[in-house]
Amino acid sequence: MAVFKLLRQSPWSARIGMAMIGLNIIAAALTFTPFLPYTQTEVVGDVWLEASRDNWLGTDHLGRDLFTRLMWGARNTIFIALITTALAFVLGIICGFFAATLGGWTDQILSRIIDILMAFPTLIFALIALSVVGTSITALVVVIALLESTRVYRLSRAVAMNIEVMEYVEAARLRGEGIWWIMRREILPNALPPLVAEFGLRFCFIFLFIAALSFLGLGIQPPAADWGGMVKENAGAITFGILTPLVPAGAIAFLTVGVNLIVDWFLHVASGLKD
Amino acid sequence: MSGLYELVFKRIGMGLLTMLVISVLIFVGVEALPGDLATAILGQEATPENVAQFRKELKLDEPPVKRYFLWLGAFMRGDLGNSLANRRPVAELIFWRFKNTIFLAACAAVVAVPLSILLGILAALYRNSLFDRVISMATLSTISFPEFFVAYILIALLSVQVIIFPSISNINDSMSLGQKIYAIILPCMTLTLVVMAHMMRQTRAAIINILASPFIEMARLKGIQRLRVIVLHAFPNALSPVINVVALNLAYLVVGVVIVEVVFVYPGLGQLLVDSVTKRDIPVVQASGLIFAAVYVSLNLLADVLSILTNPRMRNPK
Repeated sequence: MAVFKLLRQSPWSARIGMAMIGLNIIAAALTFTPFLPYTQTEVVGDVWLEASRDNWLGTDHLGRDLFTRLMWGARNTIFIALITTALAFVLGIICGFFAATLGGWTDQILSRIIDILMAFPTLIFALIALSVVGTSITALVVVIALLESTRVYRLSRAVAMNIEVMEYVEAARLRGEGIWWIMRREILPNALPPLVAEFGLRFCFIFLFIAALSFLGLGIQPPAADWGGMVKENAGAITFGILTPLVPAGAIAFLTVGVNLIVDWFLHVASGLKD
Repeated sequence: MSGLYELVFKRIGMGLLTMLVISVLIFVGVEALPGDLATAILGQEATPENVAQFRKELKLDEPPVKRYFLWLGAFMRGDLGNSLANRRPVAELIFWRFKNTIFLAACAAVVAVPLSILLGILAALYRNSLFDRVISMATLSTISFPEFFVAYILIALLSVQVIIFPSISNINDSMSLGQKIYAIILPCMTLTLVVMAHMMRQTRAAIINILASPFIEMARLKGIQRLRVIVLHAFPNALSPVINVVALNLAYLVVGVVIVEVVFVYPGLGQLLVDSVTKRDIPVVQASGLIFAAVYVSLNLLADVLSILTNPRMRNPK
């Protein structure tokens, strides 16, 4: 019930954000149903057709229905970004909590490694890594999750450091609880609000990152629909005054703005400020 | 004063160490390639002679540690090896493109840095006014947009709807400076829009932070104009965070240029890196990756050193 109360009190900006994300989720969900007239790889007409009753947003550079591909793109891109973010968080939080609770050498070694990884521009690192392991979805997810987990590590370590000195953690230690138990039952619940907000922000970064890599031709591979790749495929249209490539690029912006609006609201609520 | 030098040298030492570790990482990354590098790149059908030739070229038969030092030593002397794709020396490929990348990044910086500091000061001066809100909304949305979205909107508006600027920024050495600048106006605008948001918001925040201090109140009570208070009293004290964010964004400019270069088909290092990754041209990837990393690390280093120099409080760390 508390959730409903919170939702009822949410400001209009957060509601807009929720509507924007909801729209994307509905679009992604519809691709699992048999109601769509076309599939993501089906050629339905001429190249770069105008929007019409049959093709709501026109067609792309191979004559595939743009609206259908946009929905499939929502499914592919959001799904992969979510998995990557989740992996980055599991990795980052476990390492960060270990560093904070164990301290000493573990903390020193982990933190120095992370410092060096963070001194390296992520896009360049990802490009080098992908040139070595080749482009596949698994490689993409693992490489980006590793890179982004460094940022999660920093935050979760800092948050856990503050919680680790609390009396109740001390009490748990004196009770003889193991480190795993302390991390899971004492630190994690109390570190949740900043980590959840960070999850939203990281999701945006990772989502933009995957879109950028796909745009460069190194992310999600065709013919699977993906928003970044769709921009690249249709880029040629823009010089003929056809705005097709702006549609998927706009969809990326739309989703990130939506997530940012909700994160702003969440940070406001989590900080405990009353208006 | 000696403490100051010590601090700066320590920071430079850290930067060098970081570079060294990054070079090891780049090297080991290629080393850790599953299976044999030669067969992985040449494909299953490669003849044994081809593979042997390839192994000799990349010196794959030497022990890894020796090979790392050979590679690093050659890199220091400017010998970057040969490209696998077209057999040309990597140094030759990279030098001209690196110059182009720096040219584009520098042009964007020349526009973006003064403009965003100016807008930041104005937003701090007229804070919470309509002007401030409009600017902060606009900058916030450019942060959420992918770079290529901004780029394609600019192309659609300024080179298709109204034909003012070229949508393909092809430059070569025979062009005059004016022609070159005209060719890169759109990528330059894209980069400016992307980095301005962050710099402007930080400048605004840093100045507003200072405005709460007693010495600002003193200046106001003396009856000094608001603009004068901000420019002469608040801004010099906000310099340290501002310099820091400017240097970070310059680093971002050089690295973030990759996508913009691809959009505008600009012959820069980023474009070369992306092409080489697709072709798995390992020597070119290693060399351009290392150069990008070096620029990024040294600009970050510069940011730290400058903030140590401009902020006396940081000279005596507790």
